[in-house]
Formats: sequence, C-alpha cells, structure tokens
Amino acid sequence: MIGEKPRGLGAHLPVFYPAVMLGVFFVIPFGIMVAISFFARQPGGFYTPAFVMANYRSLFTELFARVMVFSIYIAALCAVICVAVGFPFTYFITRMRRKAQVIWLVLLVSVLSLSAVIIGFAWSLMLSQTAGLSNLFVWLGLMEHPVSWSPGFWALLCGLCYVAFPYTVLVLYPPLSRLDPYLPEAALTLGASPLKTFFSVVVGSLRGPIVASLIMVFAFTLGTYLLPQILGRPQHWTLSVLITDEAIYHSNLPFSAAMAVFFMIVSLALVALTMMVGKGGTAGQR
Amino acid sequence: MSELASTADIGFLVAILISFMTGLALENVNKNFGSVVAVQNLNLHLPHGRFVCFLGPSGCGKTTVLRLIAGLEKPSRGRILLDASDITDQPAHQRNFGMVFQSLALFPHLSVGDNIAYSLRVRKVAKPVCRHRVDELLELVRLPGYAGRHISQLSGGQRQRVAIARALAIEPRLFLLDEPLSALDAKLREDMQLELRMLQQRLAITTVLVTHDQREAMTMSDLIVVMGTDNQVHQMGTPLEIYRNPADTFVADFIGTSNLLKGICSGRGQASVLGKTIRIASMPEGINPGSEITISVRPEDISVLPGAREGDNHLEGEVTFVRDVGSSVEIYLDCNGLQLISQSTPQGRPAVTQGDRATAVLPPSACVVLTS
Repeated sequence: MIGEKPRGLGAHLPVFYPAVMLGVFFVIPFGIMVAISFFARQPGGFYTPAFVMANYRSLFTELFARVMVFSIYIAALCAVICVAVGFPFTYFITRMRRKAQVIWLVLLVSVLSLSAVIIGFAWSLMLSQTAGLSNLFVWLGLMEHPVSWSPGFWALLCGLCYVAFPYTVLVLYPPLSRLDPYLPEAALTLGASPLKTFFSVVVGSLRGPIVASLIMVFAFTLGTYLLPQILGRPQHWTLSVLITDEAIYHSNLPFSAAMAVFFMIVSLALVALTMMVGKGGTAGQR
Repeated sequence: MSELASTADIGFLVAILISFMTGLALENVNKNFGSVVAVQNLNLHLPHGRFVCFLGPSGCGKTTVLRLIAGLEKPSRGRILLDASDITDQPAHQRNFGMVFQSLALFPHLSVGDNIAYSLRVRKVAKPVCRHRVDELLELVRLPGYAGRHISQLSGGQRQRVAIARALAIEPRLFLLDEPLSALDAKLREDMQLELRMLQQRLAITTVLVTHDQREAMTMSDLIVVMGTDNQVHQMGTPLEIYRNPADTFVADFIGTSNLLKGICSGRGQASVLGKTIRIASMPEGINPGSEITISVRPEDISVLPGAREGDNHLEGEVTFVRDVGSSVEIYLDCNGLQLISQSTPQGRPAVTQGDRATAVLPPSACVVLTS
C-alpha cells in the first residue's frame, strides 16, 4: 500500500482544504493585483479596467531603481548577518542541556510577541542622543559626548536584524539539533581543528538549512514597511514604503500594483538563484 | 660463553623494554561525569601492533575508555602514554589516530572520495596524491570505482568500508573502533569481522575495538580486556585464556555460557557440591578447607549419561529441556535445584529425552575455581 498513488475523490479530499485556502487567500488576491497593475489610472479618481503597460513603463525611473536596489541590499545584508550570527548561536544552544535550551528558545520566542512599532521606538530611543547607548559609552569614558545614531542606516539594520533573528534561530534549530554529534568528533579525529571542523563539517553538512534560512530572512525583511520609517531616513525607505505611499497617499493603485508585481518577480528570481547556488555547491549529490 | 650469554640477556632485556615502551599505556586513568564514575583506576598496557578489544556490558565505561584514548574526553585523573610519550593533554586533532564511530559519522555532504580524502585535505596533501591514496584505500576495502558516489547511495556494509578507509587514510598511529559493526545484520557482521581482522593483520596497525559482542571479540582480538558494570577491568588476556580460565564469576558468566556451581572446599583439590565430591585439577593457592567457592564449568565440557550414576564429579538430575539447533545439542538438567547446561555435537548426542533421569559428568580439568 505504501508508495501507491491515491485514487478516487475521497483520497484527494485532504488536499482540497489547503488548496482552497491557498486559492482564496493567495492566488485570487494576487490575480487581482496583477490585473490592477495593467489598469489605467484616473487622475483625481481611482482606476478603470484596461490593459495598459504605462504602469510598468513608469518603473524605469532612477528613484524606483535606487529604492529597489536598496531594499534588496538591506534585506540581503540583514539575512547574511542574521544567519552568520544565528548559526553558531543556535549550534551552541543545541549543545546545551535540554533545560537551558528551552530557556533560550522561550526568550527568543518572547521577542516575537513585541510589535514592530514597539521594537522600532525602543531601538530609536536606545540609539538616540538624549537617552541612548552613547550616554552609557560617555559615562564609561569610551566617548567624549553623546551622539544620535537614529535615524540612520545602522539603526535600521539593527532593528531589522532584531526582528528577523528569532525567526532565523527557529528555522535553524531543528536541523542543528538533529545533527549527528559524532560528525564534528569524526572531523577532529581526522585532524581538523575545532574551527575547521565547524566550517567544513557543521556548516558544510547543513548547507540546505542555511540557504533556507537566508531565503526566509531575505523575503521577510524585503517586505518590511514600518521600521524603515521609524529608524531610517527617507533614503533608507524600502520599496514597501514606496508602494504604500503610491497606493494610499497618491491613490495610484495601478502603479503600486505594478511595483509590487515587479518586486515580487525580482525577489523570486533572487530566491531561485540562491537555491541554485546552494544546491550546486553540495558535493557528491546526483 | 658467558659473554654470549650476557649479550643474549641484554638483547632479551632490551626486547622487554621496547615492548613496554611501545604501544599504548593507561596509567591509573579515572573519568567522572559529575558524580557518575565512568572509568575507575584503569591500568593497562596495550602492545604495539596488536588487536585489543574492550568487552563489557552496556554502561561499563568501555566507550569512555576509547574516547579517552582518542582525546575526545579528558581523564579526571591519570595519564595516557603512546610509545612512552604522554598524550594526556594532546587535543584529538593532533593525535593522528583513526577512529570508526558506532554511527560511522560519514559526512553526508561529501562524496565517498571526499570523505576518505578529508584527513589528507586537512593536512594540505596535494590533490593528485589525495586521489591516488583514495583509489588505493578503496581497493583495500574492496570498493574500487566508488569515489564519486554519494554516501546515501551506499549499503550498510559499503558505508562501513568507507568509514574504515577514511580512518586509515592518514596511516594512523592507532586505529580505534567503537562498536562499528553493531548496526549490520548478523551475516554481514560476521563477514566484516573477518575482513577487519585480516586488514589489521595485513597493515600491522595497533587497533582498539569496543564491543559488547563476545563472539566479535573472540573472533577479532589478540587480547581482550573485560570490563564490568563496576567500571573496572576484570581480566585481560588472550581470548582462549579468558574463555578457559575466567578470573571471576562476572567474566565466566559474561564470556560465553558457564555453569556456576556453589560449593565448599573439602580438601586439597576437591570440593563438595550438593553433598557430592567434585575433584578439581587445579585449585588456586590460598583456599582453605571449609571456604566457600564457585566452580565454573563450560557446557561443552559436561557430558551427560542416561540414568543415575554414582561417583566423584557425577551429578544426578532430571532432563528439563533438550534444545537441538542442528549444529549442537543442549541438554538442560535440574540437579536438586542446581541448573546445569551440557552441550554436545549432534553425533555425540546423549540418549536422553525431556523428563528422563540423567547424570552430568564434570571432568576435573574443566572445573575452574573462581575466587570472587
């Protein structure tokens, strides 16, 4: 019986529920958005159904290109930082006793209960001139006078990494906790130093989960809307801010839909590229 | 003449000295994990080029001993010496030992060739040399042409061979095996035991194996170290020595099947068991008449005669079960509450059936007196 393909309507019933949900809440809204991206805008009004390419032609502007590149850049940077910090962090958590592991995971998950607004203003306060960390550094004698680090690029990056970090750990935790503890020991007995062991065996054998978490954080950060406005300057606003700006404040829904569709295609292409790189690098797989 | 004799004596002394200076020595090694004692006062010398097996039940600390030798654990107390140099504090990656793990621990992201070449790459050996060595090792473990295969494409036995080849790639000073055959099916395990033993003999590499399978230990080893649940070494010797002359009741019971008879020493070379006289060919020193002793007799040494017979070393009882497994026949006897097992060949099968009265005959030379 095992391995046989399900036959008949009854056997396929369990698949219907997720298929309907996916259709209703993802495919149909996305279809509507794609349709709107080709509609004609009514100046001073809303939009009329049509098939025009003007919205997509409007994408070829310097502003759009700059914001798009910045959005991808900061999302990629955030993904790399989160995985670079999160991977060894998660590895050491999985090597702890069970009780300590639970405490760390609960602490991390509790961060997820905070809203982006609270996180944004907390970081803004922490990096401000009046009550921020620089005052502490002045008190410790490390700095001469307090400075303001927010709003700015690094403030935004801190905020984004703070939000994405728990997700990174949660994605990496299952594969790392399942890692055969004898693999690093085998590498040690074969003459690899602990550092070489970590990179060649632990990182090497978990290339798939690493790529998956990079993609997850990248996609998650790409859609960020609130933090760039709280912690960044206008030049640090991401495409999501621009899309919202066009849709809500300029009532240009067709253009914002075109931006969203284009952005999504570029993101998917980047994700596919990352997956290909991740697969191609795995030795011995056929 | 006397000059010649003295030269020979010096040669003999040098040979003894070298044999003690080479090989692996564990001096008063102890290992505790918190309040749990894993290894207690271990003092051993494992000679160079031998196949040594640590044998014992689960939890006796045998794997911990292997991990201490490999450098994966640090002793709480004591020293480990290899060829007379202290390696106690040397990290695992500097010891140049090859180890095969119970789970094999093959790197899943690397091909067979890359797994074997791992230790060579770490040592920055040139690629053509690596390739040549990999091919050589694959020939050795009878897997030629498998270098490009992925680990998941191999069977259990093939993985086993790859793990062995990987451990041998650097020509290790010591070859360590942690129950590497336990996951294989019975037939393959027996084949691999022979293969591994022949490989070790060909390479003349000092090998330490950890197992709980006494048949595996008997097949492969030059020397067996029997460890008990008290985390101490009970006996060290050749397989036959340990089988024929177990040091104590634990060894007698753990290695093979033993009939253990409680009795009282009734004089020089004899004991009383169930009121019958049992003559013993070799009685250890220091056992006085009246002291309680345990006599170990292997089932294959006991012969069974039909009916009741009188005489020394004869114990009469009832046949409770006859197990005929084709290659051997086991007769289970109940001698007034004392359970005895006798084993014979199908040709020498006694003419008894379940419920018959029969007599077990214990040859004096097969009766081994255990002191503890």
